[in-house]
Amino acid sequence: SAVSKKSDNPFFADETLTPYEDVTNYNNFYEFGTNKSDPAKYASALTTDPWSITVEGEAAKTGTYQLEDVLKWMTLEERIYRLRCVEAWSMVIPWVGFPLADLIKRFEPTSDAKYVEFVTAVRRDEMRGVRSAFSVIDWPYVEGLRMDEAMHPLTLMSVGLYGKVLPNQNGAPIRLVVPWKYGFKSIKSIVAIRFRKTMPRTSWVGIAPDEYGFYANVNPNVDHPRWSQRYERRLPNSLLKPNRIKTQMFNGYEEQVASLYKGMNLRRYY
Amino acid sequence: MVALREAQQRVGKPLLFVLCLLPFGLLAWAAVGDSLGPDPVKTLIHTTGEWSIRFLLITLAVSPMRDLSKAGWVLRYRRMLGLYAWFYTSLHLLIVATYLFGWDWAITKEELSERPYIIAGFLAWVLMVPLGLTSNNWAVRRLRQNWRRLHKLVYPAAGLAWLHIAWQTRSSYFDAVFYAVLLLILFLPRIKKLLKNR
Repeated sequence: SAVSKKSDNPFFADETLTPYEDVTNYNNFYEFGTNKSDPAKYASALTTDPWSITVEGEAAKTGTYQLEDVLKWMTLEERIYRLRCVEAWSMVIPWVGFPLADLIKRFEPTSDAKYVEFVTAVRRDEMRGVRSAFSVIDWPYVEGLRMDEAMHPLTLMSVGLYGKVLPNQNGAPIRLVVPWKYGFKSIKSIVAIRFRKTMPRTSWVGIAPDEYGFYANVNPNVDHPRWSQRYERRLPNSLLKPNRIKTQMFNGYEEQVASLYKGMNLRRYY
Repeated sequence: MVALREAQQRVGKPLLFVLCLLPFGLLAWAAVGDSLGPDPVKTLIHTTGEWSIRFLLITLAVSPMRDLSKAGWVLRYRRMLGLYAWFYTSLHLLIVATYLFGWDWAITKEELSERPYIIAGFLAWVLMVPLGLTSNNWAVRRLRQNWRRLHKLVYPAAGLAWLHIAWQTRSSYFDAVFYAVLLLILFLPRIKKLLKNR
């Protein structure tokens, strides 16, 4: 089902939506297993209510906040974004959420807050992937943004998709969505937000720094060491219609975000 | 006893042939019915890759099995199993070339020159080509002693296949460890034999 809105509006991608079934059954959420189908199978074990978020670091209003209280401050809106996974597949998803900038302002970060770090929940009894002896991830999963990236109007905190409450496998009850970066930046099931002076050590940078950079901006000209990023498979696809499309610079959000990286060598800061 | 052996000869090979074709049949059926999930390309690549290494391991298991059980007849199925390993590997390569590289020479050249795990996987397939082409009675007769020597190439092919898997480790060591253990188990009796014959 294609939703068509103003085509030059970056907040509403004018492209065929990836069906709900696929968005909710094809996920990378290693806390629940490494297969794409694992999160849909096992994420229901996660308790998402009550949920609290701890705010720490360089901000005036640090502390622990109940999610229901946080949501009272915010007005929810819909955004239709492209999602480009570093593994070279992509989707178009109608998210429900609010700008991260609106939330950050509430915590009154100081001028020392140069970066924002996010942390995913770790629950050994609810997350079978965390219990796996073969995992290469040093839990909890950590991601981060530079302050200007976090404050960008495209950067979203999502609590739903397709007009429904966010399914657990998609990062319930609250997750980040940064549409111009590879999907792994968009951290799920957030329990902590830290305002930092220094760049956080994110999970994938810790595991394979030559493969996953801190910035992880979608860039068809910088290959992953093991595969080309020039093309992507838009989901769903079929063998007769492989849907192999060219990957766009900054996932098609170049006009909105290129200025954030002016003067930076994107090959070095990938 | 003789009747049993005759029955085995008559039924065994066709039965195995169909059995080995089953994964392909199921996959093709799912592909036609479009039930491979949202990213069928990925499913196809993964599944054909898995069956490639499985058949390679099964083929390598035949002679240790013979030694353990003294059932000499198992050897008669080894060539077919090896051919299936080659079949699934070729299928794997074909799908990668079609759906990932799009038969684009520039991309293929880049992938084959820059990515170690792809080079290892491709070399494994290349090593299997002469093995596949000589897995027939005519070639066995023609090559005589050299046939055995040639078919030792299955060992480096298996090693390369393992590298192909191990170099793709991303979030879990499971596959790399799992196949290393299986290969080690299959290689051990051969290494032992080699040392004894010295």
